[in-house]
Amino acid sequence: MFKILKYSFMDLMRSRWSYVYFLFYLVLGFVLFFLNSNTTKAVITLMNVIILLTPLIGTIFGVMYFYSSREFTELLLAQPLKRSTIFAGQYLGVSFSLSMSLVFGIGIPFVLYGIFTSSAIWDFTTLLFIGAFLTFIFVALSFNIALLFNDKIKGFGFSILLWLFLAVVYDGLFLLSLLIFDDYPLDKLALGATLFNPIDLSRILILLKLDISALLGYTGAVFQKFFGTPLGMMVSFALLSVWVILPVVIMLFQTRKKDF
Amino acid sequence: MIKVKTLHKKYGPVEVLKGVDITFKKGKITAILGPNGSGKTTLMKSILGLVVPQSGSIFIEEKNILGQWDYRSQISYVPQIANFPGNLKVIELIQMIQDIRPGALHHKRLIETFKLKPFLDKKLAALSGGTRQKVNLVLAFMFETPLIILDEPMAGLDPVALILLKDLIAGEKAKGKTILITTHIITLVEEIADKLVFLLDGTVYFYGRVNELKEKTGQINLEKAIAAVLKGTYV
Repeated sequence: MFKILKYSFMDLMRSRWSYVYFLFYLVLGFVLFFLNSNTTKAVITLMNVIILLTPLIGTIFGVMYFYSSREFTELLLAQPLKRSTIFAGQYLGVSFSLSMSLVFGIGIPFVLYGIFTSSAIWDFTTLLFIGAFLTFIFVALSFNIALLFNDKIKGFGFSILLWLFLAVVYDGLFLLSLLIFDDYPLDKLALGATLFNPIDLSRILILLKLDISALLGYTGAVFQKFFGTPLGMMVSFALLSVWVILPVVIMLFQTRKKDF
Repeated sequence: MIKVKTLHKKYGPVEVLKGVDITFKKGKITAILGPNGSGKTTLMKSILGLVVPQSGSIFIEEKNILGQWDYRSQISYVPQIANFPGNLKVIELIQMIQDIRPGALHHKRLIETFKLKPFLDKKLAALSGGTRQKVNLVLAFMFETPLIILDEPMAGLDPVALILLKDLIAGEKAKGKTILITTHIITLVEEIADKLVFLLDGTVYFYGRVNELKEKTGQINLEKAIAAVLKGTYV
């Protein structure tokens, strides 16, 4: 598996897009510090970018890589290798290379502007962790979609829809339901709905870490009560892990029945 | 020896293999013929495990291989369309396959034979179809395996390379290897094949020696014999 991982990783590292992605974060990081040198504020701005962008890039890269490496995959499938080895290797290769672009792209400006001596170091690490988690989650989801559709256009379409749903539509529906059922106690529902969307879950996690949950009003208090505790933190990280593991397991199961 | 038992394969509503029963003898060259869409490639891909059949079984040396993977170390496979990751160089691809699947022996000799030296540092996307096919052949024949599966290996090859390939196949047969080959070049079948399988509509229409097909159809040459088979069923 590590050999496949290595080659997928190297293949992506050669591609121009990894550099574009890396440079984007690098430039973003430096621009943020150029505009104001407060690390905490920079972390908050970055959060808004990371929470939408890593899922989008993970989705697009995942689908793109899957379709464009089809030939390579077919070549590997004729070798004495397990199917799960091949696909797990490719999945990890894509996820790691994207996470690397993220960590180095953002890490370099933050290190240069003294993140190690700042109090925001833990918030910053959480942010990177969550960015990496989101990458792993959305690459797995996009691999699943690509396995489901042999048609490239369909695969692309559905994965963009998935991103759109989880990043934008889900929140809209959520707010709508809060408005409609205004008369009922909604804290449990709000909490539950958040847990079922990895993007929302990540956003809440970072907001609470940054101690600006007062901005969230009443629900914020409920969230603070739940996520603020060590148990809440553990539960939410465990859930993020489930969001990685479940799609990966489904993906490996799908590959067993697939014709090439 | 490869034993295929009542193999069924559907792609959605399209039934490609409708209960294929066949035994490929050890140490023989078997040619698989049939019109387009008759299931030749699907049969080969089932043996390789690239395609998952709905029902039936395949035995290689008495071992059921469906769902297995390690038996593939016994097989060299030349796929029909040589698709490679385009951004790799030829030499990188060869090294990569060697790294993933240890035990390559003949790559140097094969690169020499097919005169691929000048292309080693070129990107695969920049190669012509014929050259790519030669790379394809190197990748398969560099391993020493008892079973060789060739799907349209002549596609895009020039006459010189074709002769080289024939010699290569003859050499492998002399080592006692089992070889399966699909092709549309009838003269080649007459020249090298010991046995012939004719697939039609997902079933084995004919299996036997080349001469038997000629006798069955009453034709003197194989091309006409096959045409007679096809006409008889197409009308």
